[in-house]
Amino acid sequence: MKHPFPFSAIVGQEEMKLSMILTAIDPGIGGVLVFGDRGTGKSTAVRALAALLPPITVVKGCPVNGETAADVPDWAGIETKITHSIPTPVVDLPLGATEDRVTGALDIEKALTRGEKAFQPGLLARANRGYLYIDEVNLLEDHIVDLLLDVAASGENVVEREGLSIRHAARFVLVGSGNPEEGELRPQLLDRFGLSVEVTSPKDIETRVEVIRRRDAYDNDNAAFMLRWQAEDAAIRDRILTARKALKLLKTPEKTLHDVAELCLALGSDGLRGELTLLRAARAYAAWRDDTALTRAHVRDVAAMALRHRLRRDPLDEAGSGARVARVVETVLA
Amino acid sequence: MPEQDTPFGRATLALALLAIDPAGLGGMVLRARSGPVRDAVTALLPALPLPQVRLHPQVTDEALFGGLDLSATLAKGRIVQEQGLLARPAALVLTMAERCPQQLAARLAMALDRDAGHCLIALDEGAAEDERAPQVLAERLAFDIDLGDVAMGDITGFPPEPDEMASARTALSHVITGDDLAERIIGICAALGIDSLRAPLFALRAARAHAALLGHDSVDDDDLTAACALTLAHRATQVPEAPEPPAKEDTPPENDGDGEEQQSDDLTLPDELLLEAVRALLPPDLLARLAAKAARGGTGSGTGAARKGNRRGRPLPPRAGRLGNGARIDIVATLRAAAPWQVIRANGAPRGAGVLVRAGDIRLKRFEDKSDRLLIFAVDASGSAALARLAEAKGAVELLLAQAYARRDHVALIAFRGTAAEVLLPPTRSLVQTKRRLAALPGGGGTPLAAGLRAAHDLAALAKRRGLTPTLALLTDGRANIALDGLPDRPRAAEDALLLARLLRAAGMDGVVIDTGNRPEQALKRLAETMGALYLPLPRANAERLSAAVSAALG
Repeated sequence: MKHPFPFSAIVGQEEMKLSMILTAIDPGIGGVLVFGDRGTGKSTAVRALAALLPPITVVKGCPVNGETAADVPDWAGIETKITHSIPTPVVDLPLGATEDRVTGALDIEKALTRGEKAFQPGLLARANRGYLYIDEVNLLEDHIVDLLLDVAASGENVVEREGLSIRHAARFVLVGSGNPEEGELRPQLLDRFGLSVEVTSPKDIETRVEVIRRRDAYDNDNAAFMLRWQAEDAAIRDRILTARKALKLLKTPEKTLHDVAELCLALGSDGLRGELTLLRAARAYAAWRDDTALTRAHVRDVAAMALRHRLRRDPLDEAGSGARVARVVETVLA
Repeated sequence: MPEQDTPFGRATLALALLAIDPAGLGGMVLRARSGPVRDAVTALLPALPLPQVRLHPQVTDEALFGGLDLSATLAKGRIVQEQGLLARPAALVLTMAERCPQQLAARLAMALDRDAGHCLIALDEGAAEDERAPQVLAERLAFDIDLGDVAMGDITGFPPEPDEMASARTALSHVITGDDLAERIIGICAALGIDSLRAPLFALRAARAHAALLGHDSVDDDDLTAACALTLAHRATQVPEAPEPPAKEDTPPENDGDGEEQQSDDLTLPDELLLEAVRALLPPDLLARLAAKAARGGTGSGTGAARKGNRRGRPLPPRAGRLGNGARIDIVATLRAAAPWQVIRANGAPRGAGVLVRAGDIRLKRFEDKSDRLLIFAVDASGSAALARLAEAKGAVELLLAQAYARRDHVALIAFRGTAAEVLLPPTRSLVQTKRRLAALPGGGGTPLAAGLRAAHDLAALAKRRGLTPTLALLTDGRANIALDGLPDRPRAAEDALLLARLLRAAGMDGVVIDTGNRPEQALKRLAETMGALYLPLPRANAERLSAAVSAALG
């Protein structure tokens, strides 16, 4: 199988790329939702993200990617303490995945053939410390959505079924993509995504030609193309690592906190999650920009992606919520 | 060499190109009813350099991706895995693609996106206009050929010989593509209003395959023309005829001007000849089809269509069946089914302790989960007739609720009068609550029809999220005379009402518009049409007739 399309070779779509980089810098931001038309590179970007992330250290064979022996759950039955480094897991959640496959369940194979009661970990276990990617997230079945919300909020997966009683860590970044024409997401789920971006096809001819050129080169001369972009991908990865360190030292002035609160109040976003995410995203953005203190400019730049999905829907507003956020940002942070 | 003039010729040419670059072109949608014409095309499928795999819309995940082979595992007493259909590169032939559920479409799309070398032939047998292979798939396939009107006699043209194809396949990577090719293709896409960036890629690859097929060293104009005609015509969203720039409603005018200039100045004009070739193939009903596409709403999370599943709801007795497709095993019932045979089986196949379970013993859990319907009555409480009409509506609500226990209907009532609408009765099944809430109903004032529809729209959205299936019954006799902002302005009120009617239609809501006026009102009829609802003139309706009419209209 070919390597995924390099992240740095994606033309345009700056907002989508930035949002993914921000969650890589601070996973606490809590995931990205990418909504847009068909053929705009949503899936390409998410799959490219995997190659961009720094590797993580895990105990060998641990089903939940535990970092030290203490993190390995008892039921896994793993004795070793040897660790090795693996790429950050990016787990695909297919539509119509059953509850059993998501949370894990009784291992039917072992139960029937050996008469053993064993737990078969699910996708949530595999996604721990990594990314969980849901394509067409708006078509996901309701009961799976509820379950994901619950686990994403608590960071822990609890399985109580078929005589099993198991819990394990499940901290992951949710990345969802979808086409709004095919269905809406419930506000409860929307709110759980930290950032939300809307992508559209590039409109100017030059950009479109460049997209086609690069894709064609990727298909026809894969080796040379990957070589050409590997260095750029590596540069982004290094910048992410530097930004992670810088994030800890970053100062947050009182004034910016006021700005953030004022902005969310003016927009009437529900709950406090908006403020928290906006602050985290702005900090990650400042670290990415290599700035030492958080300023109003940082908040202004990430306000749209952190807040546009938290507004009350107005069926008559055709401009979309992105424009509404921009309007309010203009007046509040003038 | 296949000729491009007939649909059948195009189908054979598309297949030939597909045989040269199967993974790059993704595949094709073949829209035709089952019959000799389609058979003549599918007979050419072996030309593809991939093993053929047939899929049907109900194919399970286990079959696609592989998994535990339960019967073999039980028979052998050890774990036996089976390989899925997608494990190796294959030419996937999806029959009855118009019935392909979204879940399967998403999986196949994922398989195509992964560059695993698959190619998909979607056999679309749709009869009605909106019965089509899922967009998610069609978007990822280069070709879309409609064989609807082809008769047996039209089958002409011969496919290229196998060795011709083989040499074309080796020649493919040596075909030279000029630098301006991408620009020309993008120019054509812009003229046809194609937004997706997959389309120009397919055109580029098809042009290359066409050049390889004809033994050209580089892509020439003929290759490009043939490729664009095959890959772009069915994706067009506007007719490129432009004596005057067709002012599209949703693009701001100043932008439109810019685009025109750009095209004539720094880009070679989209070649007229090339465009002509594509234009000749544009579906004649393009505009009608676009309208139909826009009108059709999708289903989202929280839609409450009636369903009988195996996940949740009221438990039903377990039933014998195969594991797979998300079915859950009922372990107790399975053991109970296996129990009587243990002695015989232990004699037949002695292999240690444990229960001997065979595939035939497997019992599956089943649940019934039927979503409830919500009937939203939006009642015009304006003017003098208000009191009578409200009383009738109230009677109908109570009658419907009386049957609700059996029918699982919820009912809500919205009244609009004066300048605004008010939800008098939030969704409920409680007759007692209804009677208390509806005891006093105020009437009189103007007709804010749009406000009423808006309240219904919001309530419906809320109900959908709670898993109800909303339907709307609108009772009115007059014309809208209060606009959304509460000001008396007849033309704007009518406009607002129509706007909301479109919104309701986009939300995919069923409905019925009941005209209680003495004379049928044309404006209301138009409103019902915009809303996609049934129009029912019912002068002097009483509660019984009303509830009967609503029941009959909404099924």
